[in-house]
Amino acid sequence: MIRIINLFFIIFFLLSAKAYSLIEIDITRGNLDPLPIAVSPLFQDDSSKRNSINELKIENVGSEISLVVENNLKISGLFNPLSKEAFLQKPDIAHLKPRFEDWALIKAQALITGKVTIEDKKLKVEFRLWDILAGREMMALAFTTVPSNWRRVGHIISDKVYERLTGEKGYFDTRIIYVSEEGPKTARVKKLAIMDQDGFNTKYLTLGNELVLTPRFNPTSQMVTYLSYFKNLPRVYLLDIETGTQEVVGDFPGMTFAPRFSPDGKKIIMSFAKDGNSDIYTMDLENRIVERITNHPSIDTSPSYSPDNRFITFNSDRSGFQQIYVMKSDGSNVKRISFGKGLYGTPVWSPRGDLIAFTKLHKGKFYIGVMRTDGSGERLLTENYYQEAPSWSPNGRVLIFYRETKSNDKGEGFSAKLWSIDLTGYNERQVQTETDASDPSWSSLLSN
Amino acid sequence: MNFSKSFRNTFLVILLSLIVSACATKKTTTTVEGQMQGDVYTGTDTVKYLADGVPDRVFFATNESILTTKSRDTLRKQANWLRENSSINVMVEGHADERGTREYNLALGERRANAAKDYLITYGISADRISVISYGKERPVDSGSNPLSWSKNRRSVTVKAN
Repeated sequence: MIRIINLFFIIFFLLSAKAYSLIEIDITRGNLDPLPIAVSPLFQDDSSKRNSINELKIENVGSEISLVVENNLKISGLFNPLSKEAFLQKPDIAHLKPRFEDWALIKAQALITGKVTIEDKKLKVEFRLWDILAGREMMALAFTTVPSNWRRVGHIISDKVYERLTGEKGYFDTRIIYVSEEGPKTARVKKLAIMDQDGFNTKYLTLGNELVLTPRFNPTSQMVTYLSYFKNLPRVYLLDIETGTQEVVGDFPGMTFAPRFSPDGKKIIMSFAKDGNSDIYTMDLENRIVERITNHPSIDTSPSYSPDNRFITFNSDRSGFQQIYVMKSDGSNVKRISFGKGLYGTPVWSPRGDLIAFTKLHKGKFYIGVMRTDGSGERLLTENYYQEAPSWSPNGRVLIFYRETKSNDKGEGFSAKLWSIDLTGYNERQVQTETDASDPSWSSLLSN
Repeated sequence: MNFSKSFRNTFLVILLSLIVSACATKKTTTTVEGQMQGDVYTGTDTVKYLADGVPDRVFFATNESILTTKSRDTLRKQANWLRENSSINVMVEGHADERGTREYNLALGERRANAAKDYLITYGISADRISVISYGKERPVDSGSNPLSWSKNRRSVTVKAN
């Protein structure tokens, strides 16, 4: 079981937060011209270097943290981290006062500098963000944590820089929970796995003895709800990541599936199948009261709340085929919102509230798309042989989903991988995982 | 005359290729026809038997849970066998092909398993002898990614539960 260590960070100084700056990034459009940024290795003095080797078996944790930051900024698609070989100024001197002309010479528009010390089993990190064009400091922060948290420090720096330059919260200090897959298609072994958003620190939460599917985080990212075939009874479970405690959700006389938390974390919403008919139910996690939300002879599944808990979007074939519907959270006012050609599934409400992401199947192709909550403005972001189940980044700017490849007639060539794409339809990329992977769910920001 | 000769040759080539392609088309159609009707699997490649002459599974069309004439025939055989072996309980597993979203397929598998269960009940088998489970698209029997493989995977399978 993994233990989420609380990261305490102390802000030592916070200067120039409102300073006028020349650089900013518009993330509402596809960014074809990423911002050139220099991420200087964070400076580490010699005594800290010795402590770093003792504590972490890493010679230069400052340099490693800068690589975490650089990689995050790069995969966001909004930044172009410049090659460190071109840097003219030493990390310690640049951190005190950069020679802006030198950085301008290598076409950097922004610069990140910093310093780390490890003393008394504490990692102290300070960093600064500089606006090269305006020749001034944009932000300065410092925090203290346990040394083993060094990757998270890199993620938090990335979030601060992203927020300062785009005006929106970042999504780097986050985790992905997903289903790890191994073995042949006809006898796949599936385990719950959790990793940092950049693919590091993978931990397996189940052993693979029973089939597990569709894990989803609660709003604080401490709990996960998922489907397990434990004892060959497919039921929705609740898992506390910190303690490892698991329990069945409710006492249903049949299959429960497609679980998700309500955005306030108080309920689990899911499907319950009885006599071949699936309807949507909720269970209150405090008083265990079960409520039936839909009552229709069709399949009703894949429910997802709006961020204000007032509405639910779900998937139903009541029209004859899979389509997307929206209703009030008490089950009233059911309205179909998908009217395009093809089948629609897996609706999931954006954390910003204005969009619903979905999977669409049309003429043998699968699409990930978004539409407004009234069904207007449908936009398909990516087309492929098979892909489904989008999950939003906490800032609502990126979607993660899984994609399967076609097998030949012998079943060879099959793979399942995680992919992400920006809401703009740009910056599509594979998310690295140790094994094949599916059913990703993005956590909230862990540090604020 | 050269012209008419080459014309005749071209004509012959076209005619020949038409005959060849006609044969090819006919051949593929018959192979698939032997194993699929519409898109429902009618072959026996994957079928196992609960007893002599009692197939364990029935097949469905894409997105459907309607029982075909052949499926009903199979289920009547299963019902007869269950009547003769009253100590045996069964579990009906419902499955879907890989061309759908995971959650919807779980519901669809459940619907298919119940269609088979309901038919067994109509033929006099007590409901408490039949349990159902849906595996959605999780347990394909054929790992190919083509219409024939998918048709084998859209199925409900009756297995002994005790």
